[in-house]
Amino acid sequence: MTTAHTAQTIQRDSERSALATIRRGLSLTPEFRKGLAGTLALAVIATVGKIIVPIAVQQTIDTGLKDGTPDLPYITNAVLICVAAVVLTALAGYVMNVRLYKATEASLATLRVRGFRHVHDLSVLTQNTERRGALVSRVTNDIDQISTFMQWGGLMIIVAFGQLFVATVLMLVYSWQLTLLVWACFVPLMIALPRFQRLLSRAYTTVRERTGDMLAAVSESVVGAAVIRAYAAERRTGERIDKAVNANRSAQIRAQTIVGFVFPLTEIVAAVAIAGIVLLGVHLGLSGDITQGRLVAFLFLVTLFVSPLQTATEVLNEAQNAVAGWRRILGVIDTPADVADPGEAGATLPRGPISVAFENVHFAYPGGEPVLREITLEIPPRSRVAVVGETGSGKTTFAKLLTRLMDPASGRVTVDGHDLRDVRFSSLRERIVMVPQDGFLFDGTLEDNVRYGKPSADRAEIELALTELGLADWLEGLPAGLDTPVGQRGESLSAGERQLVALARAYLADPDLLLLDEATSAVDPATEVRLARALEGVTRGRTAISIAHRLSTAENADEVLVFDGGRLVQRGPHAELVREPGVYADLHASWISAAHV
Amino acid sequence: MASKVTSAVMSQGLRVLGVAIRTEKAVFALAVVASAVYGGMTVGSAWALGWATQNLVLPAFQQGSVASGAMWTGVFFIVGAALLKALGVAGRRILAGVLQYRMQARSRRDVTKQYLRLPLSWHHRHPTGQLLSNASADAEAAWAPLAPLPMAVGVIVMLVTAAIAMLFTDLVLALVGFLIFPAIAVLNLIYQRKLSPLATRAQQLRAEVSEIAHESFDGALVVKTLGREELETERFQRRAHELRDANIAVGRVRGLFDPMLEALPTIGVLAVLAVGATRLSTGSIDAGALVQVAYLFTLLAFPIRALGWVLAELPRSVVGWQRVQAVLDATGSMEYGKATAASSGPAGLEARDLSYAYGEAKVLHEVTFEVPAGRTVALVGPTGSGKSTLVQLLARLVDPDTGRVLLDGQDLRDLAYGGIAESVALVPQQTFLFDDTVRGNIALGADTDDEDVWAALRLAQADGFVARLSSGLDTRVGERGTTLSGGQRQRLALARAVVRRPRLLILDDATSSVDPQVEAKILYGLRDNAEASTVVVVAYRMATIALADEVVFLDHGRVVDRGPHEELLARCSGYRNLVTAYEREEAERAAIEAPFDEEEFGEEEEVSA
Repeated sequence: MTTAHTAQTIQRDSERSALATIRRGLSLTPEFRKGLAGTLALAVIATVGKIIVPIAVQQTIDTGLKDGTPDLPYITNAVLICVAAVVLTALAGYVMNVRLYKATEASLATLRVRGFRHVHDLSVLTQNTERRGALVSRVTNDIDQISTFMQWGGLMIIVAFGQLFVATVLMLVYSWQLTLLVWACFVPLMIALPRFQRLLSRAYTTVRERTGDMLAAVSESVVGAAVIRAYAAERRTGERIDKAVNANRSAQIRAQTIVGFVFPLTEIVAAVAIAGIVLLGVHLGLSGDITQGRLVAFLFLVTLFVSPLQTATEVLNEAQNAVAGWRRILGVIDTPADVADPGEAGATLPRGPISVAFENVHFAYPGGEPVLREITLEIPPRSRVAVVGETGSGKTTFAKLLTRLMDPASGRVTVDGHDLRDVRFSSLRERIVMVPQDGFLFDGTLEDNVRYGKPSADRAEIELALTELGLADWLEGLPAGLDTPVGQRGESLSAGERQLVALARAYLADPDLLLLDEATSAVDPATEVRLARALEGVTRGRTAISIAHRLSTAENADEVLVFDGGRLVQRGPHAELVREPGVYADLHASWISAAHV
Repeated sequence: MASKVTSAVMSQGLRVLGVAIRTEKAVFALAVVASAVYGGMTVGSAWALGWATQNLVLPAFQQGSVASGAMWTGVFFIVGAALLKALGVAGRRILAGVLQYRMQARSRRDVTKQYLRLPLSWHHRHPTGQLLSNASADAEAAWAPLAPLPMAVGVIVMLVTAAIAMLFTDLVLALVGFLIFPAIAVLNLIYQRKLSPLATRAQQLRAEVSEIAHESFDGALVVKTLGREELETERFQRRAHELRDANIAVGRVRGLFDPMLEALPTIGVLAVLAVGATRLSTGSIDAGALVQVAYLFTLLAFPIRALGWVLAELPRSVVGWQRVQAVLDATGSMEYGKATAASSGPAGLEARDLSYAYGEAKVLHEVTFEVPAGRTVALVGPTGSGKSTLVQLLARLVDPDTGRVLLDGQDLRDLAYGGIAESVALVPQQTFLFDDTVRGNIALGADTDDEDVWAALRLAQADGFVARLSSGLDTRVGERGTTLSGGQRQRLALARAVVRRPRLLILDDATSSVDPQVEAKILYGLRDNAEASTVVVVAYRMATIALADEVVFLDHGRVVDRGPHEELLARCSGYRNLVTAYEREEAERAAIEAPFDEEEFGEEEEVSA
């Protein structure tokens, strides 16, 4: 290990070319590749259906209406053959669509789940390089964008090329001069379309930004309801919201205006082409170079150019979004998990009290000063250790290294003699459990949340755990007891109550080493004291490490570790430390003054 | 789920459209005109083609010559019809956008105006997520059918014109059209009816998948520390697979109907050719008419589906509209008096017999106490004793059910709007920062000069970190700005309060995330501030309580006792138990360590429990 330590950041956009992105994306989705050839073949058959009408028109006029008198049996036969062809192509279209949906949905679901799992496999540091919302987007909106594109835009591209191709082939069969004319009319439009698409893409980007502003402004009127009233800021907030809402509206209308002007351009070009066909066709007809049926068929064939070009800007836009979506989801999947599970090859810790050792451990956050230096210590099994120090002294980093949420930049952390990096996660997470300060709860009942610590636990076991922690009284005081809904992120409970549930959850997991990171800081003093006493009983026989925010935790510990400026500056029992002049004595003095006045 | 197109939903949906039409009469009228031009010109372009076939193409082949005048007339018809049609399309699309987005913005402004107007007690009864989606997703859904509406109206014009044109051309061919087009419309209606519930379900599952991801990533630390990655992945996967299956179900319906809807007009054209040929043989029509009708069929095939789109959007629109309307119909507001509060000097505060209930649950019972001007009072009580509710009453964020709050002897309800905010500054427990700069968050639109802002920041012990921010006072904070720690955010909120030099400052556990040492500096600063104000502070910490002249001890929504800290300590056991929990614990521990005192410890515990 080297001392240079940088956290793996999640890959951003722009790192791969569009082609490489798609290639990598397809390699991760075998469900999509499988049977792709068959789906494409069906798409081609479905596309051929588009030229049935022009052919039928041409046949009717040229063969059926020779000399102005219709050859009825011939026309009937031709029409029946065409109807059969239409039914056949529709059938091909149906099968193709279903195959396409199945293949894309199956492959994207796999990708979505894989991305989700990988986010959890990334280290805490890597996860924190991106906002949670952005991470969520990568497994939701970004995938949805790819899905929309594959099922509509991507299909449109295939259909568009197929349609233009078969139309052009048929046109060439009928008249090369008119074919040239049609293409001459449409080529300038085709060249201009990507430019329109860029214009539109910019307009849509503005819309997205303004929508974000609008949502942020609107949310203030709800989330900030109390502050707005307390400071009589209704007027000012209202004005800001109106401004954001109106800016969003203007951006939307602007984008719509661009679409409104670009969309009908194709129709005008098509009309010019049709007029040209009539003019040139009549001349060709006069010199006998084309039949009347073929000429009329041309008028129908031109319509096949319209829909691909009309939708082209939108399709291009979607393609761009889809590639960006691919890049973002691949960015997650291809970010290596730098705190990796050794898996099967790793060691399994036997049950029983755990010993911990730090051997010359250093740690620095990416681009920052070292936060832990030369930490060497041993924690014997069954001991009760308090970790103290001021904010920023390195206590929480110590806890994160001990639970292997992060790896040291240099040195090593061992448990029961095994380097933490060699211990299987399944074993590590079962034996060592940390309770973080922020008691995060999942939306559900209190019972669900405690059970999260041990999914197999029944209700009685959960009740027992709470009773053992001395929380039975509190539980009884709740309106619905264990069935009390905790709300999103546990927000229906107070911060203190959330911490109680988080503690019970960890306790139910029955770890051999329990690490509390200021886990009861928001609990009221009377409850906290009761809890501390209960914890002391239930952790007997286990190794217990508490990051302490108050004096008594340190007083009750077998040993106190004192951190200051990233170093372990003092260690020993409270009674000894308090007598030596030093960091601990100072901390102790300030605690005393805060608690006793 | 109101996703089925029932007649009740239909009529409600049409009423919602009616609201939009009445509100934006001019825009709607213009959009319809543009759309009618588009509809008419679609038929017109088919007619132009028929005309060109009959008068240019056929003569050229049959007579071997064409009058050049007729040539240019044909070009004029074809290009002219296309230009008018394009103009109609552009107008229709742009004006439909104007219509839709204006209505959307209007709903959003009205809804948020209500959010700002309705009393806080109304906010307490409605979950945040619901209110946010009322203003965003619901406002959008309500007006979604406005996008295809003008086109649908245009299509109706188109169909009528086409029907007339066909009737004039040939009755028998018109009959083919009258069979095919209703068939397309009906088929599309069936399609939308089948699709709509499936699409709604997929949409719902998309939201659920997103919710799981949000929650799971928010709780990533818990997932990691308990090693529940597998469990979480299974939870996510279940929903992701449901979404996959729902999307495939949508795909099956699309896959079935889309090709049918494309095949039907094609079969129509083929029928026109077959029938047209027999009509030609009897001399009832000419070839130009045949081409015209066939061309018309190809042009009409797609737009006719717009009718289905409007209908498909109606159920969602009705639900969105009802949710928006529920907010707009909400009644209740805070009434203000006309009185003005004194403008300088610390304020006197009195709570008289205050009671308050959230629905059935009564959280405050006849709370009475007073805070003489210039004094500091600490509100102390266990979690859930009603402190935060009481504080909201003191700043008139909510009105009491019974009883009165008096500021300098004046009922808060008699003061004019803004009067309380001028005198009283509350720092709530949950810090809220606006999506604005540091300066904006502190001044809140008032004309505060930077010197005062810095002075307030100094008092809140926030000047240090603000000075270190990349753009100082101009640094954007709040949800989407620079990330600040909980303690830093609390200190900004505190600065926001003190910059107004309030006559009464109310702190609701407002320094809980601040380091004890920093908190002490803040509290001493506040106390020694030259322009001393009256202070009400909710606190657990002894250091904070010790600064107060008097303590009001609350339990279960009642004032159990009040008086100076020392007196309460001596006479009120509940208070003593709460604030001396740590000290007693130490004492008890000492007792455990002295083996003979063990029994005493047991008794003591019973008392404290």
